[in-house]
Amino acid sequence: MKSVLILVDGANGQVAKSTGELATFAKRIGEVIAVVFDPSLVAGLGVYAIDKVVVVGGFDATKFSPAPIAESLAQLITTKSASAVLITSSARGKEIAGRLAVISGSGIITDAIDVDADLITTQSVFGGSTSVHANVSHGTAIITLRSNAVEVIAASATPTQEDFTPTISDMAKLATVTSSQPAVKGGRPELTEASIVVSGGRGTNGDFKPVEAFADSLGAAVGASRAATDAGWYPHTHQVGQTGKTVSPQLYVACGISGAIQHRAGMQTSKLIVAINKDPEAPIFELADYGVVGDLFNVLPAATAAIAAKK
Amino acid sequence: MRIAVCVKQVPDSWAEKKMNGQVLDRAGVDAVLNDLDEYAIEQALQIVEANSPTKEAGPESGHTITLISMGPDRASEAIRKGLSMGADEAIHVVDDGLAGSDALATSLVLANVIKSGNFDLVFCGTESTDARMSVVPAMLAQRLGWAQLTFAASVAVDVGLSEVKIARATEVGIENMSAKFPAVISVNEKINEPRYPSFKGIMAAKKKSIQAKSLSDLGITPSEVGGKAAWSNVKDALLRPARGAGIKVEDSGDGGIKLVDFLAEKRVI
Repeated sequence: MKSVLILVDGANGQVAKSTGELATFAKRIGEVIAVVFDPSLVAGLGVYAIDKVVVVGGFDATKFSPAPIAESLAQLITTKSASAVLITSSARGKEIAGRLAVISGSGIITDAIDVDADLITTQSVFGGSTSVHANVSHGTAIITLRSNAVEVIAASATPTQEDFTPTISDMAKLATVTSSQPAVKGGRPELTEASIVVSGGRGTNGDFKPVEAFADSLGAAVGASRAATDAGWYPHTHQVGQTGKTVSPQLYVACGISGAIQHRAGMQTSKLIVAINKDPEAPIFELADYGVVGDLFNVLPAATAAIAAKK
Repeated sequence: MRIAVCVKQVPDSWAEKKMNGQVLDRAGVDAVLNDLDEYAIEQALQIVEANSPTKEAGPESGHTITLISMGPDRASEAIRKGLSMGADEAIHVVDDGLAGSDALATSLVLANVIKSGNFDLVFCGTESTDARMSVVPAMLAQRLGWAQLTFAASVAVDVGLSEVKIARATEVGIENMSAKFPAVISVNEKINEPRYPSFKGIMAAKKKSIQAKSLSDLGITPSEVGGKAAWSNVKDALLRPARGAGIKVEDSGDGGIKLVDFLAEKRVI
């Protein structure tokens, strides 16, 4: 049977949901070996479809960003004869994957939304207009997968656990982390992980209050178009689009966003799309499952009140 | 200091893109200098200006900024834009054998150019707006055996100490990192406001040198790069059926309520 390494993500004892998604994909391929660098996460792994847990120790993984993680995984590929390594498509995840591909002499595929038992990946490109099927043809398949792309399956048995101490080169320790501040977690979910995203654009005229209120009534994350972030109306970290984040939630609500290709590229693969715009000709309506032609300053408060009434 | 900035010509990110068989159709769309690479050039310029006796980049600064690009002949337009912003010179790797190269091959070619240039720092944008893999800077650091300081939202260079510090901004938060030269640094779009080339800059750029290098100049055999050497294969690329437009209603006071009814019907709330 094939062995697949998955890189566990999370912090402070909280395993990221995306780790469960990686386990779900890996289970299709073969034996699932979860590689964890933060011992506080081990306890949280029991709920996912993981066969083995390898706890990597012997160095401080938080002190040196991606390089030692990649070296450790490369050594585990050899000791576990792994056919594939699955990593979440985050900034850090993709860098680890890139270095790992170089070290292990392997091909790499990033931002896949699916991988099957034969290690054939699906990527959604050009704003979701095109599906690409690909595979790695050399070495171990290094694949990064986007969050929210699969329904997580549950554990079938308790995983076995072992420790592993890698050999870390001096080169991997050249850049050191001197201090860090964890991302401030607001009351709202993370944009790329949220199952509902409500975004505002030029039509907000800089006033995101109705967008935020509607988002909060749905427990949604707040996004923004490039026009809104460039105007300084909302932080760049919330930008959805070609030069911002790509989201694929169950529901995407575009408020006062015309739907330029730039924006569509970041949200077109959302399961359900709703648009609110004053301009009946706005291109966003071409891809909306439900469109309201109207002023977001009227429609959103009414919708927020209607949601509250249902609770 | 010798600073290199890796730049790429990409299809305009506002343009509609499509596949030509297994690869991106680059011929049919406008090509521009990758957005994020402008931030990398700007950052290199600001560092040189801060460490120049004349407070200007250029020959009198005692530092050089070299643009490095890999791409077809027409990529020279993007390189020229970078030169007009104020970079001093450029190396353009152009070779028919490079067509279809993946990120591994790209990083191999760039690393070979950098190795021969005696650079202290290499700047990159965090990603190109076409492939959006954002793996090349990390691969470069690995291939060169240099410190990796990526996703920088700010950069501080101490030339005397040969030290560079960054604030690395990712999903997990901010990590303050430091390393000695040489280092590979990638910058995000929050780091600065790239300058527009001035008329003087545009005129000066026409006289600046763009040195062309082929694969054999770099000691790379054609079997190491290009589409055939890629370690991942595209099996097929299929256009998804276009999303059909759904229901569209006019708001006459009840738009918000109708919207919520629709969401309830679809069981998303």
